[in-house]
Amino acid sequence: MTNRQTLPETPQTGEYASNLPSRHRWSTFWRGVFRISTVIGMIVLVALLLNILNSALGYAAIENEVDPASLAINGYTIEQLHRDDLVFILEQNVSAGVFRKLANDIPFDQRDREDVYALVLEWVVAPQVVQTWPLYDSLFRRAAVQAEAAAEYPEAELRFISWLDGDFVGNPQSSEPEKAGVRTAFLGSLWVILITIIFAFPLGVGAAIYLEEYADAGNRINRILQTNINNLAGVPSIIYGILGLAIFVRAMGTLTSGAFLGAADPATANGRTILSAGLTMGLLILPLIIINSQEAIKAVSNSLRQASFGLGATKWQTVWNHVLPGALPGILTGTILAISRAVGETAPLVVIGASTFITTDPAGPFAKFTTLPIQIYQWTARPQAEFHNIAAAAILVLLILLLSLNATAIIIRNRYSRKM
Amino acid sequence: MTHTIQTMTTLPPQESDNIAASLRKRPRIRESIIQGFLFFCGALSVITTLGIVYELGKESLNFFVKVQWEETNKELAQAIGAGDTVFEVTTTGSALAEETVIRMGEEQMLLVTINGTSLEVVRGYEGTAPVEHNSGVGIAFAQKVSVFEFLTGTEWSPQVGKFGILPLLNATLMTTLFAMLIALPIGMSIAIYLSEYATDKRRRVLKPILEVLAGIPTVVYGFFALTFMTPLLRLMFGSDTVSIYNTASAGIVIGILIIPLVSSMGEDALSAVPRALREAAYGLGATRLETAVKVVVPAAISGLVAAIIVALSRAIGETMIVAIAAGAGPAFTFNPFAAAETMTGHIVRISGGDLSYDSIDYNSLFAVGLLLFFFTLGLNIFSQRIVRRFREVYE
Repeated sequence: MTNRQTLPETPQTGEYASNLPSRHRWSTFWRGVFRISTVIGMIVLVALLLNILNSALGYAAIENEVDPASLAINGYTIEQLHRDDLVFILEQNVSAGVFRKLANDIPFDQRDREDVYALVLEWVVAPQVVQTWPLYDSLFRRAAVQAEAAAEYPEAELRFISWLDGDFVGNPQSSEPEKAGVRTAFLGSLWVILITIIFAFPLGVGAAIYLEEYADAGNRINRILQTNINNLAGVPSIIYGILGLAIFVRAMGTLTSGAFLGAADPATANGRTILSAGLTMGLLILPLIIINSQEAIKAVSNSLRQASFGLGATKWQTVWNHVLPGALPGILTGTILAISRAVGETAPLVVIGASTFITTDPAGPFAKFTTLPIQIYQWTARPQAEFHNIAAAAILVLLILLLSLNATAIIIRNRYSRKM
Repeated sequence: MTHTIQTMTTLPPQESDNIAASLRKRPRIRESIIQGFLFFCGALSVITTLGIVYELGKESLNFFVKVQWEETNKELAQAIGAGDTVFEVTTTGSALAEETVIRMGEEQMLLVTINGTSLEVVRGYEGTAPVEHNSGVGIAFAQKVSVFEFLTGTEWSPQVGKFGILPLLNATLMTTLFAMLIALPIGMSIAIYLSEYATDKRRRVLKPILEVLAGIPTVVYGFFALTFMTPLLRLMFGSDTVSIYNTASAGIVIGILIIPLVSSMGEDALSAVPRALREAAYGLGATRLETAVKVVVPAAISGLVAAIIVALSRAIGETMIVAIAAGAGPAFTFNPFAAAETMTGHIVRISGGDLSYDSIDYNSLFAVGLLLFFFTLGLNIFSQRIVRRFREVYE
C-alpha cells in the first residue's frame, strides 16, 4: 500500500485569498498598459502621415510682381489678348537678354498662344509664394488665415494649393520652390536602382544558392561566411557610404566616371556618378538579398531535390530546374523588399557625394545625379517653410513609389501561396 | 520475404571494362565552374567586410600617423638667416600654439614660445636643414592627432587642430539613450501584447501596420522630427529652453523608428515559446500577466535581449534623423534641448560639401567611421552570442 501524500488544503481565507484580487487588479492594469502602448504605436504612424499631408497641402499667399490687370491693352486683359500682343508685352517687360534667350530657345512665331501666355505669366507676372499655411490651419482656422493674409500681404492672392501636382512630378529641380519638381531626382533614383539590381541580384542569389545547396554547414569557411553575412546586415548604412567613397569613387574613379571608355564628362570625372551609387547600394542590400533568398530556398521541399538526384540529375541541374523555380517567388519578394530599402536610403549617397542641384535628366550610368531621398533631405534642411512644403510633396512621391514596390511584392507572394 | 537475386550474366572482359569506364565518376567541368562562381558570390560578403576594415583602417591610420600641413595664412614679417631663432610674423591668419611644429618652405621648426607676433623656435627640426628665409614666406603648422587625444579630448574643431571625439560620442549616446527610453517600454509592451493578449484577428491587422512603420525611409522620420516633434517639444517646454535643433527630438524620433524593430523581433521570440509552458502556468492558477512576465518572458529572454541589442546598434548608426534634427556643429553638452552633432551626423555634414582627398577632414571621416563600425559590429556579434548561449531549446 502506498501512502498518498496529502496536499495542503487550499486556504480559503488569509494571505492567499486576500492576494487574489490584487493579482487580478495588476493583471488588468498591465493589460491596459500593453494595449495603450500598442495604440501609441498606431497613433505615431497616423501622426507621421498627417504631418506630411499637413505640409503638402494648404493655403499659400501668392504675390505677383506685376499686377496682371495693369498689363491690359485697350481694356483687354491678358487672358483675352492674341499671341502677338503677348509677345509685345513680353518684349516691353523683360530685359533684352532674357527676351533674346527665349527667342533663341524657340522663335516666337513658332510658339502657340498658350505657350507665350505661360511665358508672360512666368517672366512678367512672376507670381511668388510669400507665405504658406499648413493644412490644419487652412481647414480649421480659415478665417484667421484669411485675416492674417489680408493684413500682411494686401497685394497677395490667397490660394489653396496642393504642392504635389503634375508640374511637381514633371518639372526639373529649381531654386524657387514654386517651380521646383522632382523629375531629375525621380529619374536619378530609378537609374541608381537599376544599377543596384543588375549588380546585387545575381550575386545575392548566387551566394544564397551556394550557402544553401553547396556549402557544407560544418565547414569552418562556410560558417564564417554565414556569420559574416549576418553581421554585414547590421552595419549602419553610412559605413557603406564611406566604403563607397573610398573604393568606388576614389580608387576606381576612372572606371566609375567612365573615363576608361573616353566617355567622361569633365564635370563628372571624379567618380561621383550613378554607377558608384548603384554599386554602393548593391553592397548595402547584398546581405539582405542573400538572407531573404536563403529563406526562400530553404522552404523548397527536400523531396524535390531527392527526386531530381534520383533521376540522375547533377547538382546544378537540380538547382536550376527544380529548386530555383520553386524558390523564385520568395526570392523576388525578398529582393523587392531589399530594393525598397535601397530606394529610401539617403546617408550613403550623401557620403559618396550625390550632387544636390541638377536640372538636367541623368543621361546614363556615368552621369551626375540626385535621388528622391537626397532631394527631401536638402529641402528639409532649408529653413524656409516653402521648401518644407515641397519636401513633404516629395515624401509623398517617395512613399507612393515604395508603396507600389511593396504591393508588387505582396501580389507575388499571394499568387505564389495560392499555387502551392 | 526472400529476394531472388538475379545474377548478372558475365560479359566478355572488354565490354565490362567499357561499362566500368562509363560508370566512373567523370570530372564535370561546368558544374565545378558554377560551384566556383557561387562560392565567389558568397565570398564577396567577406571581401566587403575586409574592404570596410581595410579602407577604414588605412585612412584612420593616416589620420593618426601622417602629419598634415595646414596653411595658417601667416607670413614671415622679416627675412631671417639660418641661425635666427626669434622672429616676427604677420598678425593675419589662424592662431599658432606652443609646442607645435611649423614649416617654412622645406624647413620644419619647433615652436617654443609665442609672444604676440614674435615667435621663438628651434630651427632645423625633424632632420631638416636650417636655411635662410625671405620676408613673406608662408607658414604652415603640423596637425597630428594622438589616439589618446582622439578618445579623450572634449573638443572637436578640426580648424584649430582639436580632434576629441567625446562631443560627437556624447551626442550619439544622448540620442541613443532617448531612443531606447522610448523604444524599449513601448516596443516590448507591443511585443507582449501581440504575442500574449491580442486575438488572431487583431494581430493580423496590427502586424502589417508595424511593418509599414518599419518600411518608411529614415529621411521621412527626419522630416517628422524637425516639423512635428521639435515644435511639439517647444510647445511643451517653451521655445526658450528648446532650440530648433536638439538631441531630444532626434532621439525620440529614432525611438519611434526602432519601435517596430523591437516589437517584431520581440514578438518572434515570445511566440517561439511553446504553448505548453503557458498552459502549465495557467493550470497552476497564474494570471495572464504572471504567465506572460514570469514564464514566457524568462523563457524568451535570449531573443528579447538580442532584439534590444540590435535596436541599440541601429540607434547608434542612425544617420538621417540626427543629420536633420540634432543640429550641426559638435558641442559637448548634456542638455537634451541643445543642438549637438553625433558621429553619424558629423560624417554626413563633412562629406556633404566638396571634400578634398587626404585632407585632415577626409581622414577624420574614416576614424569616426571606424569607431562607429566597431561599436555596431561588436553589438551585433554580442547579440548573436547571447542568442546562441542562452537560447532555451524546446522540442
